[in-house]
Amino acid sequence: MSDLSGDTTASAGAAQPAIDGWFTLGGPDLGDGPRLIGSKCAGCGTYAFPPRSGACPNPSCVSDTLEPVELSATGTLWSFAENHYAPPAPYVAAEPFEPYALAAVELEREGMVVLGQAAKGVRVADLRVGMPMKLAIDVLFTGDDGVDRLIWVWEPVEEEGTDVG
Amino acid sequence: MSADDVAILGVGMHPWGKWGRDFTEYGMVAARAALDDAGLAWTDIEHVAGAETIRNGYPGFVSGSTFAQKLGWTGVTVSSSYAACASGAQALQAARANILAGFCDVALVIGADTTPKGFFAPVGGERRDDPDWLRFHLLGATNPVYFALAARRRMDLWGATAEDFAMVKVKNARHGLGNPNARYRKEVGIEEVVSSPIVSDPLRLLDICATSDGAAALVVTSADFARKHLGSLDGVARVRAVSTATPTYPQTFLELPDFATDSHAVVSPPALGFKASVVHRAYEEAGVGPDDIDLAEVYDLSTAMELDWYEHLGLCEVGGAEELLRSGATTIGGRVPVNASGGLASFGEAIPAQAIAQVCELTWQVRGQATGRQVEGARVGVTANQGLFGHGSSVVVGI
Repeated sequence: MSDLSGDTTASAGAAQPAIDGWFTLGGPDLGDGPRLIGSKCAGCGTYAFPPRSGACPNPSCVSDTLEPVELSATGTLWSFAENHYAPPAPYVAAEPFEPYALAAVELEREGMVVLGQAAKGVRVADLRVGMPMKLAIDVLFTGDDGVDRLIWVWEPVEEEGTDVG
Repeated sequence: MSADDVAILGVGMHPWGKWGRDFTEYGMVAARAALDDAGLAWTDIEHVAGAETIRNGYPGFVSGSTFAQKLGWTGVTVSSSYAACASGAQALQAARANILAGFCDVALVIGADTTPKGFFAPVGGERRDDPDWLRFHLLGATNPVYFALAARRRMDLWGATAEDFAMVKVKNARHGLGNPNARYRKEVGIEEVVSSPIVSDPLRLLDICATSDGAAALVVTSADFARKHLGSLDGVARVRAVSTATPTYPQTFLELPDFATDSHAVVSPPALGFKASVVHRAYEEAGVGPDDIDLAEVYDLSTAMELDWYEHLGLCEVGGAEELLRSGATTIGGRVPVNASGGLASFGEAIPAQAIAQVCELTWQVRGQATGRQVEGARVGVTANQGLFGHGSSVVVGI
């Protein structure tokens, strides 16, 4: 499910993030696990995702300095859904289309819910609101150039003796 | 009727459907119906407030002037409002503000749309700085995904079932049976809903509203004008409140089209969530509360979302919507019927027209003209609606 940390090393020149600056890949040579990159206000300390610059979103704060920050890589499942029809472009859907789940995860320290796809193979039957989740990286699609585009995903934290894959 | 009220002299609609014709054709039908209903001519109108549709190019963006030209230039002033699904209410507010400020006495509010088949998709091109484009590209987060996230929370937190969601559809389909403007006029059974294909789990095809063509229009006037025109204000429907409140930071419920909520790490969430706050502001302006409401027209983009609205409207406690539904309170004949028109379940969504259509329905209801779906003794109704990008609206109509 999250075997990309290994694969990334093997095909390091190939795979690239589907969007720049929103997450780190992690992996053996890249620190711990992958992380989402958000923004933190230098004035009041509030957070935002996706990362942004300029004015703090807190209306009581006049700071214009938002600094990049790695967000918590674990949280609790706020809600989830599962697409049974291929989303329209600009989504690049696999053919034939396979249903996939999305997960919205609440990060305790940041006090925010972040949406992502669920890791491949994780389906709604594996999920329940309130369960612990962690960040991983998966392939979103393979471009016309043959290069894999990577995206952050959420997957259940494996409990001992439980196979969540 | 107080001096702060705006009279609704005329309402009109073009039936909802799917024909793919020029949206201005639909709008003209609705505008003329509203003018006839008001007993006024187009040349009496001093301001046209258009609700915008982004899908129909420049004519859609400049809807106020599009319809002014279509009806024939008269020198009338115009405004065009975009607030996603709340566009119609924002157009009504523009007309109302012009009237209450004394800039005009008579205004036409109009919204019309032609919609594509299938999922709503973002505007074309590669637009990596547009969050609406990115949520499709990076996540495949269609609108039904967000409806599904909210529905799943009802199930996991409050014990809602697929049958509860289906019951909303069954109720609204029955309500819409006799509504000549509804697109779908067919009874639906619970079994049919729960066996329809899953679109975004846990929601199925019949839990999610379709996209439709349609148009709705209002003729609104100052109280003075209405009194002179009709000789009396007896039996005249009026706009008692229009709320177009945006969220208060931090917005902690994940809403369309966002990747994340605001952070409540350093600022506590407000006492009322966004949708409840939209309604609350309308109640406050009208000086009414949930107990004063005879009926409600709410935005049932999904069946589950109608249940959320029961709570935002204060019709029941949070987590109590399923019980309220099962009790029959929100069915015509119950304590506070919801979506007597048939709702989006029977209409499908014609975005710029929808918030105006809600006001048309309440007007017919408080006048006692809602043939086949009349809520007996209806005197005060409320609408609730939410659009993308922090837009929402609630209108209180009374008589």
